[in-house]
Amino acid sequence: MNQVEKSIRSCIERGDKAFVPYIMAGDGGLDTLRDKVLFLQEKGATAIEIGIPFSDPVADGETIQQAGERALAEGVTLRSVLGKLQSFKEEVKPEMPLLIMSYLNPILAYGVDGFVQSLRDSGISGLIIPDLPLEESGLLQETLAANHIAFIQLVSLTSDQQRMAAITGQSSGFIYAVTVNGITGVRQGFDKALALHLTRLKSISPVPVLAGFGISTPAHVEELSTYTDGVIVGSAIVEAFHTGDTHKISRLIEASKGKETADH
Amino acid sequence: MVQTRSSVKQKGRYGKFGGQYVPETLMTALIELEAAYEEASQDPQFAEQLEYYLQDFVGRETPLYFAERLTEKIGGAKIYLKREDLNHTGAHKINNSIGQALLAIRMGKRKIVAETGAGQHGVATATACALFGLDCIIFMGKEDVRRQELNVFRMELLGAKVVSVEKGSGTLKDAVNDALRYWVTHVEDTHYILGSALGPHPFPRIVRDFQRVIGVETRRQILEKEGRLPDGVVACIGGGSNAIGMFHPFVEDEKVALYGVEAAGNGIETGLHAAAIAGGKEGVLHGAYMYILQDDDGFIQEAHSISAGLDYPAVGPEHCYLHEIGRAIYTSVTDAEALAGLRLLTETEGIIPALESAHAIQYAAELAKQMRADEVIVVCLSGRGDKDVQTVRDALGGGAV
Ligand SMILES: Cc1ncc(COP(=O)(O)O)c(C=O)c1O
Repeated sequence: MNQVEKSIRSCIERGDKAFVPYIMAGDGGLDTLRDKVLFLQEKGATAIEIGIPFSDPVADGETIQQAGERALAEGVTLRSVLGKLQSFKEEVKPEMPLLIMSYLNPILAYGVDGFVQSLRDSGISGLIIPDLPLEESGLLQETLAANHIAFIQLVSLTSDQQRMAAITGQSSGFIYAVTVNGITGVRQGFDKALALHLTRLKSISPVPVLAGFGISTPAHVEELSTYTDGVIVGSAIVEAFHTGDTHKISRLIEASKGKETADH
Repeated sequence: MVQTRSSVKQKGRYGKFGGQYVPETLMTALIELEAAYEEASQDPQFAEQLEYYLQDFVGRETPLYFAERLTEKIGGAKIYLKREDLNHTGAHKINNSIGQALLAIRMGKRKIVAETGAGQHGVATATACALFGLDCIIFMGKEDVRRQELNVFRMELLGAKVVSVEKGSGTLKDAVNDALRYWVTHVEDTHYILGSALGPHPFPRIVRDFQRVIGVETRRQILEKEGRLPDGVVACIGGGSNAIGMFHPFVEDEKVALYGVEAAGNGIETGLHAAAIAGGKEGVLHGAYMYILQDDDGFIQEAHSISAGLDYPAVGPEHCYLHEIGRAIYTSVTDAEALAGLRLLTETEGIIPALESAHAIQYAAELAKQMRADEVIVVCLSGRGDKDVQTVRDALGGGAV
């Protein structure tokens, strides 16, 4: 079992749900990355997903697009983020794994082998690539497994039973359950069918299931944690860091503590 | 369908190019689209229906016209023009829009999203939607909205909603990003009519197949007129749809040289261009592995061309493959040269070509000069220039010619 899955499981054993915040690396300058990571660690994040800015982020909504543009304007790249992470990796607790979320092209430009080596050097435990579906995942599957880096796959509302089974069979670390048809961003509420979808997904998945996309309030966190092993919160965290509302971040994380899975 | 060596070997692959690099939310739609297309392409009724609209609505077949005065003026190979400019709505784009709209209807999807650069694909798609009573939303970069104002109004007249994309360079690439985001959000009832031979499998194949009519007709027409195949075929390359439609039926004819003309903008050496084969590197954009203009960190660069329809930082996967195996030759023409090509055709033949097509004309003129009088080349005149008159006027410095 890799570190990502271990951390989520031990969080659940404690009677909490996993909470994985997403931050855009380099938003506010690359020098703020250490502070954000250490802040989230102190507040009790289960793991942290670190987004790499990209010129054409087709899976992202306005909030993360704009954060990405701010980071790009600072000259932030995949290489500079990994370099920065390496510089303070001793301060990150091994039981609080760091994940990288990057679109595929910067990884290809870096070179797959060099990239995986750099992930190791920077102490990264997991990888999420939003534009690399199961069909194309062979590109990184073996090398990540050989290097004990979790390759986290996404399941969407449009994935049918067969795909769900195939994807959960391939995923390591956890399954990223996309909770809306659409892109990242803040949303009012969720589809009624979502609870059923998540429950079903959880019943077939050998790895923990975390829900993400559109989760932006403590109430959302509580609601979706009921059906899953926890949540990933992106736009709301990115926005809160941008406006300096660190209180909101603490409240979101609090909402994942001491929650039990609903009995079905 | 003829099996050629450029056909898909691995699913959705042209050599190492192509593939399906999209968010999981779109995968089911792509799988459904592939199945629906597979089924439609086996169905004689679908072919008949398409044929009917192409003939009676679009006005096919288009003529293969011998450009006699242009040929004389150049003093080299005989130049023929495949007159896609004479299609309804003024470009080859309608071939694909009608085909995909019929496919969408077959799939029970009555809402359409599309991107557009020059506005030609947007107009063609809005037209197909008006024809079949489908809802239509078109994403267009703000820079293109400015350059192609009249096409925006035309789309709106046709009942489409046009959304101006303010992000990035405000051109075709950004329009595709937002069209993809819209599609992800509305995937259950909406079909995305992609406008060029780009994007994730099965789009490059579907678009190519709907554009193959260009090459199929050309082949038959040139055999009738000249009793033999041409020595060369020339087409401009934006994403590559008119070119692949023209090239594909000739790929197996080794003696027919295929020339794709990219937009060199201010010149390849200036970095301000849209020539992804000449100046790009391999990578992934909009769902496919192809040659892309990008920096060392893998960020996609903005393309530059006077022609909105060529202003895209990549080239469709099948062209990348034809380039890699050396079957087609890819070259480029600058903004200034394209303007010269536009004037040349206008003055010698009384045909104002689209700025996109003017790239092909200009290269063909240079090529013909190097060839013998008993040799023959065909140029795909992908569209007419009405939409570009204002741009050309500005580029030529305003008033008098
Ligand atoms: C007249 C015309 N020719 C060519 C193109 C370039 O597209 P493609 O390379 O897909 O043929 C366009 C695109 O808008 C166009 O309008």
